[in-house]
Amino acid sequence: MNWLVNNWPTVWQALWSHLLLAVPAIALSFVLSVPLGWVAYRYRWSRFVLVTGSSLIYALPSLPLLVVLPAILGTSVRSSLNVVVALTAYGIALMVRSTADALAAINTDTVTSATALGYSPIKKLFAVELPLAGPGLLAGIRVVAVSTVALVTVSAVLGIPSLGTLFTDGFQRGIIAEIITGIVGTALLAVLVDRVLVAIGWLLLPWARGRS
Amino acid sequence: MRRIPALLTAALLTATLAACGGGDPLNTASGPETTSGQAIVVGSQQYYSNELIAELYAQALEADGYQVNRQYQIGPREISMPELASGAIDLMPEYSGNLLQYLDPSFVATTPDEILLALDDALPTGLRRLDAAEATDQDSYTVTRATAEKYELTSIGDLARLTQPVSIGASSEFATRPYGISGLQGVYGVEGVLTPIEDSGSALTVKALLDGTVQVADIYTASPAIVANDLVSLDDPESLILPQNIVAIASDKVDQKAAATINEVTGQLTMAELIALNRESVESQLPSAAIATTWLTEKGLI
Amino acid sequence: MNYFVEAFAWIADPAHRTGPDGIWTRLGQHLAYTLIATGAAALIGIPLGYWIGHTGRGKGLIVGATGAARALPTLGVLTLIALFTGVGVGAPLAALSVLALPSVLAGAYAGLEAIPAPTIDAARAQGMSEWQLLSRVEIPLGLPHLIGGLRSATLQVVATATLVAYVGGGGLGRFLFLGLKTQDYPQMLAASFLAVALAIAGEICFAVLARIAGRRHHALSNR
Repeated sequence: MNWLVNNWPTVWQALWSHLLLAVPAIALSFVLSVPLGWVAYRYRWSRFVLVTGSSLIYALPSLPLLVVLPAILGTSVRSSLNVVVALTAYGIALMVRSTADALAAINTDTVTSATALGYSPIKKLFAVELPLAGPGLLAGIRVVAVSTVALVTVSAVLGIPSLGTLFTDGFQRGIIAEIITGIVGTALLAVLVDRVLVAIGWLLLPWARGRS
Repeated sequence: MRRIPALLTAALLTATLAACGGGDPLNTASGPETTSGQAIVVGSQQYYSNELIAELYAQALEADGYQVNRQYQIGPREISMPELASGAIDLMPEYSGNLLQYLDPSFVATTPDEILLALDDALPTGLRRLDAAEATDQDSYTVTRATAEKYELTSIGDLARLTQPVSIGASSEFATRPYGISGLQGVYGVEGVLTPIEDSGSALTVKALLDGTVQVADIYTASPAIVANDLVSLDDPESLILPQNIVAIASDKVDQKAAATINEVTGQLTMAELIALNRESVESQLPSAAIATTWLTEKGLI
Repeated sequence: MNYFVEAFAWIADPAHRTGPDGIWTRLGQHLAYTLIATGAAALIGIPLGYWIGHTGRGKGLIVGATGAARALPTLGVLTLIALFTGVGVGAPLAALSVLALPSVLAGAYAGLEAIPAPTIDAARAQGMSEWQLLSRVEIPLGLPHLIGGLRSATLQVVATATLVAYVGGGGLGRFLFLGLKTQDYPQMLAASFLAVALAIAGEICFAVLARIAGRRHHALSNR
């Protein structure tokens, strides 16, 4: 506790930088995964490539990815863009499958009824399929959000500030309190982001309220 | 059912807001702070002791009326050197031997003065080194007091008395670096086997040495752990290990007056002072800024 | 792009293949770490998940524990454990098991949870004991979910097992850290490719398993 009191500004700054890396990555993962997941759900042939292929991104160790990305993107190594891109890739790895599964879990009778009512594929997607898949999508993005917040810490190894900086510094100086602050801070931030997503879901998916 | 376009809009909006709010994610310029034209950008390696020295420079410069922009905890030298060369960073504490080895891997220099002279040639244009401190922070072959007494060890060559191969805890690059496993065999005829521990000779490495997982550990000579745990760093009569004097690397933005200020700080940085500063950082656990202020005030530098 | 070519050249170099520092040794170690960590997670996660799924007790625990475990930064947990246990493979294997546990637990639990209530009621009506219900109905029907959970756990562990080398162990992480520290980026990339290759192999195994389980599942539901 003493450490926390003495170093509060450091922690606060780390927390803030951490959030600024995590939030764009979470949002981008969602925006990019929904179309990909839809394609995987709609066209059976693409499912294996998209779902399995994207989930393999998850097997890429994060450290080399962060070192190689600047070479590919032409960014500087300490640019936070690298981290956002890498985290988005990991987010997509999880989210494409969730999206495809959420869409596949919709009652086929409902979709068939919509087709029978003469809904165009686009209208069917926005008016029927996506709303019904909403709770599944929310569950997926919550998993992405929590793991993204945890993954941000790795970027500290390259000198991009985040709560992970508390690990690298704490390890070197042997300050257990600093390491624990980093771990607890990351977990709390994950919970916070998760709660915000639940709140957004509550607002946008009124028909699913009280079901979870 | 109208809610879905709303949901997508909201998601897009969040993404946009997040991107704008960050300010940074789409800005490929280095570092979290915007660099103002006049400020001297002080960088530090990802090493608490290096950050502390950088903070000493920063506060001394501020006391002199300079504007300072701090960008600490930058990863390895492969990241920081290009930024120094490009002018994204103006001032950074470095270690003479390792810096030379990075800039010119082929150069064979062993004494501190040779290394400093060679550095002057090897540094990219636009960069210069300021005075070197007496303090060094270099790799060492370190053993516990008990091991040292049992085998009567004083210099690295004495490790030949241990059962071969000797287990050594160090960062993974120790396997290939000239001062590591190969040099130990070539120069002292001691066979070593590496247990890689990637914390740069910090808490984990010290623990592995103390609990007997490894017999020898590579611990930086300015580490407070050596005194705190009564460890013995072995002598290196054959100069296997490169000297690592603390030396500030500066860009042209650091003018004569600023350079003089930094040299004053460097002048006070003896080996004992550096170890004391590091010990203060590990024991008091205060932020580097607080420790730096106390030290500079004590020395009458601010 | 040059890095990529060099990385494949690094893997193709026969000198890097054999010996105690060779690709085969490191690949084998990596596989062993993955199996041990996932196995340990399965030993804890499967019975616990089944117990919760069968009794319906402690659902909150599932949600809380899996969420919390996902939020834990592995590097932080690893080093914290290592500061108490010392270097070696113990701390990383513990950290990796913690990493794998949520997926296994959720998979075991979700498999039972997804079974329609009438199926369970029918089994009970036939006079099945709780144990028979679990072993003959719930476990077989829940198998696809369990395999899915094990699959994502394995994938995560394969990717993260590189960290074992951070605290004195072996595995593909040795190439990765050596490459990182000595600016040998082809070597570092080669290590990443090998990890991905291992992950692909794992995916294929699980795809086959899932197909077999799916077929049985199908047969069971049609009975």
